[in-house]
Amino acid sequence: MGFEINGKTYETDEEGYLVNLGEWDEAAAKYLAVEEKVELTENHWEVINFLREYYNDYQIAPAVRVLTKAIGKKLGAEKGNSKYLYELFPYGPAKQACKIAGLPKPTGCI
Amino acid sequence: MTESTGGIDMDEDSSGTIKKFAFVNRKAPYGTIYALESLEVVLISAAFDQDVSLVFADDGVYELKKGQATKSVGMKNFSPTYRALEGYDIEKIFVEKESLDARGLTADDLVVPVEVLTSDEIATLLDEQDVVLSF
Repeated sequence: MGFEINGKTYETDEEGYLVNLGEWDEAAAKYLAVEEKVELTENHWEVINFLREYYNDYQIAPAVRVLTKAIGKKLGAEKGNSKYLYELFPYGPAKQACKIAGLPKPTGCI
Repeated sequence: MTESTGGIDMDEDSSGTIKKFAFVNRKAPYGTIYALESLEVVLISAAFDQDVSLVFADDGVYELKKGQATKSVGMKNFSPTYRALEGYDIEKIFVEKESLDARGLTADDLVVPVEVLTSDEIATLLDEQDVVLSF
């Protein structure tokens, strides 16, 4: 499974997550966002970039609770709450934002 | 008062009980799946707000060793993930002194801050747990 943008192919698993993190780029994020019916704004990119940094540091996708807390620490309390994150990613910030960010599905995420 | 919901007894007194869980890690990080599986279970267990301790002994101390180079064995280096545990509110990490000594290691060689305990102290710690899971 996978998709193609401008001649570059991206391999995905059965749930639509990128198989190779290294393949991720902005074009892939935009494609995955359309698939998820999310219109990307600067606020979305802030979370996406945060997730990529988190993965780079820790080699895992964070659980929602951990993501919320870490976002609050870095971007301020008005963004570090689940209401804000669910408004950006209605089907679950961890699941949906991770997919768009090219990360694997978070451990323990149902 | 006990309320029955879908066949599961929701006892208000016991549903909020926090148990003491210890995850004991005794194997080298690569070569078997134990170390990684243990770490995944620990991360999932964090969602249940229990009192979690991690214990590293024997070759398990290598799981926390700095500078793991796994490219040539074709495995992902998951040691950075131990540094994420703090964000999951898992901060009780104990390492057996004898195991470190036997391998010429000290707490400074490890990727996270740990508390070094002797074998006897670890035995006492495990005695105090409600659940001990060995990997």
